[in-house]
Amino acid sequence: MKDVKINVHDITRVEGHGNIVLDVQAGEIKELKLEISESPRFYEAFLLGRKWYEAAHITCRICGICSIGHTSASLQAMENALGVEISEQTLLLRKLAFAGETLQSHYLHAFYLVAPDLLGVPSVLPLVKTHPDVVKMALRLKRLANDICCTVAGRHIHPCAMKVKAFPKVPKAEDLLALKQRLLDSVPDLHSTVDLLKTLQLPAFEREMEFVALHHPDEYALYRGAVIRSTVNGDTPIPDYKQQVREKVVPHSHAKHVSSATGPYMVGALARFNINYDQLRPESKEVAEALGLQPVCYNPYMNTIAQVVECVECTLDGVEFIDRLVDMGLHDEDMTVEVKAGRGVGASDVPRGTLFHEYAVDDEGTIVDCNLIIPTGQNLNNIEHDMHALVPQIMDKTEEEIALHLEMLVRAYDPCISCATHLLKVEFV
Amino acid sequence: MKPRVAMFAFTCCEGCGLAVIECENELLDVLNLIDLVEWREGLSEKAEEYDIALVEGSISTHADEKKIKEIREKAKVLVAIGACATTGGLNALKNRYGMHEVKQMVYGKAGEQFDTIPARPLRAVVPVDLELHGCPIDRTEFLRVVRDVALGKTPKLPDYPLCVECKKKENVCVFFRGMTCMGPVVRAGCGAICPTFGDGCEGCRGLVSNPNENAHKETLAEHGLTVTEVLQHFDMFNSYTEDHLA
Repeated sequence: MKDVKINVHDITRVEGHGNIVLDVQAGEIKELKLEISESPRFYEAFLLGRKWYEAAHITCRICGICSIGHTSASLQAMENALGVEISEQTLLLRKLAFAGETLQSHYLHAFYLVAPDLLGVPSVLPLVKTHPDVVKMALRLKRLANDICCTVAGRHIHPCAMKVKAFPKVPKAEDLLALKQRLLDSVPDLHSTVDLLKTLQLPAFEREMEFVALHHPDEYALYRGAVIRSTVNGDTPIPDYKQQVREKVVPHSHAKHVSSATGPYMVGALARFNINYDQLRPESKEVAEALGLQPVCYNPYMNTIAQVVECVECTLDGVEFIDRLVDMGLHDEDMTVEVKAGRGVGASDVPRGTLFHEYAVDDEGTIVDCNLIIPTGQNLNNIEHDMHALVPQIMDKTEEEIALHLEMLVRAYDPCISCATHLLKVEFV
Repeated sequence: MKPRVAMFAFTCCEGCGLAVIECENELLDVLNLIDLVEWREGLSEKAEEYDIALVEGSISTHADEKKIKEIREKAKVLVAIGACATTGGLNALKNRYGMHEVKQMVYGKAGEQFDTIPARPLRAVVPVDLELHGCPIDRTEFLRVVRDVALGKTPKLPDYPLCVECKKKENVCVFFRGMTCMGPVVRAGCGAICPTFGDGCEGCRGLVSNPNENAHKETLAEHGLTVTEVLQHFDMFNSYTEDHLA
């Protein structure tokens, strides 16, 4: 029986700072954990005393990658708190920006963060020489995704034009139609991505687990949902999210760990795929089938494949949203908001999973209470359970290979560690 | 030899590093000019030596403080990128509380285990050679600086108010749309992106070195706004002061 000691300090190709610690003595796991060493940032303290109109612009700064996602959950929470209804145009523009961000985040993860492992190189940089066409395609796809965000929201990182109630500046139809053409032109690139992925091998590992995602009866839930759906614990109304999401502080992590009533669970593209498969477009299902992904899939490494399936979905969604916006005729909207005291919860299924924002404001619109539940915070507990199941299966490999498998597992979840270290009030369990 | 560039992130959202990578149309050209040798978020390569360090984030833990000093020793040129690194950014909002209080507020009793000190911009801890402002930095400005450095020129960054760029864009002044704006006193360089997309400037690039505060107060008064109202909005990115070190 062998000894294994692994300490991966600052796992690379993930957002934020985390370490993997594994100590195996005589074939028995003595210690195995994912340490979160990111500096805590205290967003919930920043928010207290700020005005209702500042919440989205403050919380979008939690994360550079999923800034539009935070904005979306924040705006829905504040609109629920203030009793504000949004127009069909605003909903479609937000969904379009959200699709753009989902595309950029998934492309970043698949091409820059995961592909190097599958091609046996330390990063995307050596691929510039060995696979120039793939790198150019990745840059092209990601540029398009960012341009969608820039056209609709001003910029992708920390959007300017996403505000409570409406967009202060509405994009021009001609600019949207130019994006539509580029989205249609990107379909062959998506097919090339699928062909490339078919040649690469992801680790085979399965652990039966609980999946959680938003669900909406009319659409594959991304920007919004109607309920929280769990494969183990059923449906929970969004305002009652704390029944599904139970947080606790653990000593080795600046991010709180989360469980459902029954244990750890996974959120993210694979969870959405497993839960909302029936609502995917036929084109997305075809790609899933071509890449060997079928619901229910219990292999967390397949999360990247589920992200690629969602890229097909978001590309075609983008085309549909633009058509509907242009058909309706784009127009400026009233931004007036009547400020009153209230409390509201907003939820979006952002690239890394289900995100919740909750705010309470007083009758002057000052934030007096808030709570933010981040996807990666929900996944950390599940990743540790995966690691415990995986290590005994790969114990015969070298320390280097074991470390790589564990790093790849963490990367598969596409964790956003900066995000996960802004948790709110502790409820001791 | 191409300059070796390493990117590091302290307390922040890592969005400025991402903004560099989002120069998709120019990225391959940039990689012809420099050797990117370390960037934890996107590469597994690690570098013991580098010429230029691009650093985002505020210094907000003892561990951050130790590491930025090490980076300063190694780098010939240290560039602070983004509001967290140049003004302290949003992170400094926690400085208005005591560190014990802030840990209690967010983590409860368990918070005591965490290492946190008042958030500071890089220049409050180590000498900085160049500051690229903004939350996030502006891609076009970043590329202009890369080009200048490659040509051996000293990059010149704007030190005039945002209104100059906003006027060039022919935007309707946001004051006339009933909103507040920091444009008259805030440093330009972002192409007035927020007013261009219908929002007031929130001052993420910090004040120009010689702000005409009286003119700004007059503008505010003309539109029925008080300095107090606007100052609260302004402190979103500019609440750090040296008093926080005490």
